[in-house]
Amino acid sequence: MWKWLHPYAKTERTYHLCQRLLPWFSVLGVAVILCATVWGLAYAPTDYQQSEAYRIIYVHVPTAVLSKSLYSAMAVAAFIGLVWQVKTSFMAMMALAPIGATVTFISLITGAAWGKPMWGTWWEWDARLTSQLILMFLFLGVISLYKAFEDKQQAGKAAGVMAIVGVINLPIIHYSVEWWNTLHQGATILKLGKPSMPSEMLWPLLLSILGWALVSGAVFLLRMQNEILQRDIKRPWVVALAHKNSALSEVK
Amino acid sequence: MAILKRDLALAYRQRAELMQPMLFFILVISLFPLAVGPEPKTLQLIGPGVIWVAAILSSLLGLERLFRDDFQDGSLEQLMLSSTSLPAAALVKVLAHWLTSIFPLIILSPLLALFLHLSEPMYWALLKTLLLGTPLLSLIGGIAVGLTVGLNRGGVLLALLLLPVFIPLLIFATSAVESAAMQLQYSAQLAIIGAMFLFSLALAPFAIAYALRVSQT
Repeated sequence: MWKWLHPYAKTERTYHLCQRLLPWFSVLGVAVILCATVWGLAYAPTDYQQSEAYRIIYVHVPTAVLSKSLYSAMAVAAFIGLVWQVKTSFMAMMALAPIGATVTFISLITGAAWGKPMWGTWWEWDARLTSQLILMFLFLGVISLYKAFEDKQQAGKAAGVMAIVGVINLPIIHYSVEWWNTLHQGATILKLGKPSMPSEMLWPLLLSILGWALVSGAVFLLRMQNEILQRDIKRPWVVALAHKNSALSEVK
Repeated sequence: MAILKRDLALAYRQRAELMQPMLFFILVISLFPLAVGPEPKTLQLIGPGVIWVAAILSSLLGLERLFRDDFQDGSLEQLMLSSTSLPAAALVKVLAHWLTSIFPLIILSPLLALFLHLSEPMYWALLKTLLLGTPLLSLIGGIAVGLTVGLNRGGVLLALLLLPVFIPLLIFATSAVESAAMQLQYSAQLAIIGAMFLFSLALAPFAIAYALRVSQT
């Protein structure tokens, strides 16, 4: 395992790995998201209680699930970077952070749009909503701490420590619907026993979670490549790559 | 031990700076009766939350002092090069910070409870949450201060980093006082705060030491 992973501590290898994986993630992701959204919006049955308005679930839940997974992924990358001093994992961390912030923002906006017809209010100081808002601030805090440093290696370490400290919020978001009885509904998918949702609604939802995950993966790969190029801009292999690309475009 | 003595003595010599968080604390709290209206019922309702928010904000004011002066005059570097273990030294410095800039706030709290018309059980609950919870502010705050100490404009960044992390503590502390106001048990909330305190007591010194090393390079 270690032998297999070790080469990816080198930025060049990681760049080429990203290059190879990118088409898979982007094509598959867009296909799955399209398929799931059309299925969810047009073919899934109407809810007996919430009628058509529930359909925003096909955007809201995937983004909400992803926001937490992206934070965990960022914290894991930070941990790997801090413990094993792997340079690429800090780059991965910073490639993930803005995606996470965006996804959290989307889940808050769609949540507000869903809350208006259902609860009669755009925003409620409910435990789930508040902890989700805090999650966005944690992402933004990590990003701004990273930007505050001149030396990017030092910045990665500092932002990594902060990312790990913020993990305390994750269990709070997860259990917020059980610990506090507020407006937000309880867990529907991730719970012991059967999910409390008919399978005609559940399948497109699971599929759209997968689609969003793949698309964020694709964005992550792009950002990762970008991060590597920016950091290694004076390395010979980047210069060689730039020469090759410009030669290609001249031939065209 | 010598570090504790030195930090306490330094803080004592700079009494004016020591008073600032305390005055800020009282001022923030006295703004609320003016802004929300002086009815005892409303004040009682918002009181515990106001005291906690004010405590967090004023601890942020004092936190900047935790490592900054030592960083600027080089004594922090001396400390790192010396044979004392850095996590232990960091823990002692955090303790000194808690004693000098947060403990006075707790001593002031009966007065503020009087201001905000807190009932007696509410006050005891508030006191317990403050005693258990405020060391967390110093410990977690120490990590962020250690990270930002090398930056010139750390102040706002410090608040941006720390306030989200403090929110869980705020939630449990105020819910404990709310339970006390309704004559309910609040040992569960206290237990959670205590667990968070012990957890950070075990890990934060190492994180602070690491953060200082990152800033020093």
